Amino acid sequence: MSSEVVLAVQGIVKDFPGTRALDGVDLDLHKGEILALVGENGAGKSTLMNIIDGVLQPNEGKIRINGEEVVLHTPLDAQRYGIGFVHQEIALCQHVSVAENIFMAELNTSKKSLVNYNDLYKRAAEILAPLGAVDPKKRVNELSISNQQIVEIAKALSLDCKILILDEPTAALTESETDALFKIMQDLKAKGISIIYISHRMAEIFSQCDRVSILRDGVYCGSLNIAETDSKEVVSKMVGREITNLYPPKFQGDCTKEEELLRVQGFTDGFRFNDISFTLHQGEILGFSGLIGAGRSEVMKAICGLHPKIGGSVAFAGEQISISHYEDAIQRGIVYLTEDRKVEGVFLDLSIRKNISALKIDQVSTNGLVDRHKENGLSDEYAAKLNIKCASTTHDVSSLSGGNQQKVLLAKLLSIRPKVIILDEPTRGIDVGAKSEIHKLIRNLANEGIGIIMISSELPELIGLSDRVLVMHEGDSCGIICGDDINEKKIIHMASGLEKVGV
Amino acid sequence: MSENMTVKNNSVLSTLGNVFTKVKSFREGTLILIILAVCVIMSFLSPYFMTWGNWRAIFLSFSTEGIVVVGMTVMLIIGGIDLSVGAVMCLAMCVAGRLFLMGMNPWLASIIALAVSAGVGAIMGYFVTKIGLVHFITTLAFLGIARGSCYVLTQGSPLSLFTLPASFKFIGQGSVGPFPFIIIIFLIIVIFSDFMVRKSSIMRKVFYTGSNEKAALFSGIRVNKIKLGVSVLCSSLAGLAGIIYMSRFGAATPGFGVGLEMTTISAAVIGGASLNGGEGTVLGSILGVALLSIITSSLILLDVSVYWQDLVKGLILLFAVSVDHFQHAKKMKA
Repeated sequence: MSSEVVLAVQGIVKDFPGTRALDGVDLDLHKGEILALVGENGAGKSTLMNIIDGVLQPNEGKIRINGEEVVLHTPLDAQRYGIGFVHQEIALCQHVSVAENIFMAELNTSKKSLVNYNDLYKRAAEILAPLGAVDPKKRVNELSISNQQIVEIAKALSLDCKILILDEPTAALTESETDALFKIMQDLKAKGISIIYISHRMAEIFSQCDRVSILRDGVYCGSLNIAETDSKEVVSKMVGREITNLYPPKFQGDCTKEEELLRVQGFTDGFRFNDISFTLHQGEILGFSGLIGAGRSEVMKAICGLHPKIGGSVAFAGEQISISHYEDAIQRGIVYLTEDRKVEGVFLDLSIRKNISALKIDQVSTNGLVDRHKENGLSDEYAAKLNIKCASTTHDVSSLSGGNQQKVLLAKLLSIRPKVIILDEPTRGIDVGAKSEIHKLIRNLANEGIGIIMISSELPELIGLSDRVLVMHEGDSCGIICGDDINEKKIIHMASGLEKVGV
Repeated sequence: MSENMTVKNNSVLSTLGNVFTKVKSFREGTLILIILAVCVIMSFLSPYFMTWGNWRAIFLSFSTEGIVVVGMTVMLIIGGIDLSVGAVMCLAMCVAGRLFLMGMNPWLASIIALAVSAGVGAIMGYFVTKIGLVHFITTLAFLGIARGSCYVLTQGSPLSLFTLPASFKFIGQGSVGPFPFIIIIFLIIVIFSDFMVRKSSIMRKVFYTGSNEKAALFSGIRVNKIKLGVSVLCSSLAGLAGIIYMSRFGAATPGFGVGLEMTTISAAVIGGASLNGGEGTVLGSILGVALLSIITSSLILLDVSVYWQDLVKGLILLFAVSVDHFQHAKKMKA
């Protein structure tokens, strides 16, 4: 790693109406290093990156590239200075070929009226070769998410970028895809390209990055050399306090002796899952583990009437029930938190209030009319209970950070006083502080006698919270484990289909 | 002394300014200001503009269309669009007219015609929710089907219905005191539906669905049922307008109501309904249709050829959509 500074931002201030998103932030990026940028949701990481990419303009502060002060009016300016930004959400044209996507900017500015496709494919293949096996002629929507990400990176590299910003690139990737991405990052680093890497995953940061810069509430909290620090120090700087006792204590005694809330038997949809049976008891947290695509979410959606099934029965508190639509489940007090917050969860352009009351609007209505007082009272009560950080619950949900949006969804579930809560990846894309808050909340709810099912792909979370864990492999149940059996090795074994317990 | 005066003046001005920005801050306020401005200008340009006769004519012209606008507004709120309203309106007219000429009681004929238009709405709703087609193409197909049915029913020539009983003609031609009965029907529907759109829990479900259909589904809302209901509502209101027109003109014309979709969609969008769904008010849409009518009437009073009307309406729509777009873009940036 050389000490040549390729990018320096100094004293960046950015105001949004009502809030100061960034308050005098500094950041140095050296040639050929991987710099991790961490901070809780809402700390200003995205705002800062959008300023570096020319999407937003700072109110104050300077940006220097290779020592020269620059003003970036648009992303195009940033491209000219060799800055490439791979966004968290994939922004490719889904219906055209990989090669056309990679050279989109070039085709756009080209003065020729015809495209030489053979040449285009050849050059795309050259750029893609070191990144992975992606066919430049394929249409983007035929690719897996990880390969789409590779196309995004190739697109940034085709612009001859010297600085690459990766915003949570591993959020949607499987383990092997993640490893492939890390290899690419190290190769780029060896070529002298500097990378800013945004992630919530400490393990990745400590295995891949050279330095880490920390933001908290829009303020720069310093940079640390990875070799000289540990995750505890980074986390405490991010949160501004020590995070101790990450997981609350589990259920004392045998939870299966408690009253039975839910008995699911022989659930089958003939496609994604097959013959799934389990019970859920009062005060229990039942974890669901398995690889992505093992059918966990589909089982849960089927229980709630959100996914078709061809066989199986559900008993709720000892009574056979039939749920044909999610509304039936809600009436019984069975609620589901989706894993896809943006698409299936929040109403982005509606107020926090209207989001919270959406699950059971009849609850705050009289004679078919929505009672504003009731609605406001209910929403404000749960917003306060869950510590949602907002100036007012009349604001749109889109103004909240990811963690707070998740809390709005939780508030919405809790507002109907549920008996069974099904959580699908409850802490996906959420920062450390909000995460531990949500963990505590989940355990508190269980302690109040609510039965909780939690799907999680994050093993530490699953192991730390669950009283029992059901592991799925390719749509089949591999059995339920409890107590000391709940450990990483055992779960991975079962999830890979190598071991079954009591089935 | 004079200093005091200026301070006072300033405070009066600033309160006025505050009121102005407040009125402007919601869509209906802006529209009212625009309508007032047009009225003030027109009252100078034409002595007939501010007469009761002219206003009666303006009200009459937009009140029947206004009933269709109510349905279109709800349709836009749920994120759909209905291109078939003009044809469905005409279909109700022709069905009722044909049945009456076959000797049926006009009231019964009208009820059957209303049921037919509701049925068309239900079929369109079925294609949208169960088959999974988009509103645009489904309603475009039914625009053709309904209009074609009108020509089949009438064999292409207008049905003359001068034998309609007086009690039935009262709907479209009668007055209560100085107020035409049409305007009274219109006001009742508008006031009731504006209230329902703002307050009712069922309309709240429509807003949820229009804002994010998947999230609505994941909130336990029976999205398909709601969408089907809105489709039936929109077509039924169009059918009702058809019956009113039949009573007013004493005729059923197979080419009637062409271009109604343009007027009603324009009115709703001018009034703040979003083509992306999740936004809109009945009051706003009605002010939108009022503005369009006032401008049409002004063009006539100013001796501008009728041929200019659609062109001007198109320009107004373009302007309104652009304003809407910029406001959204601004909101996204903030």
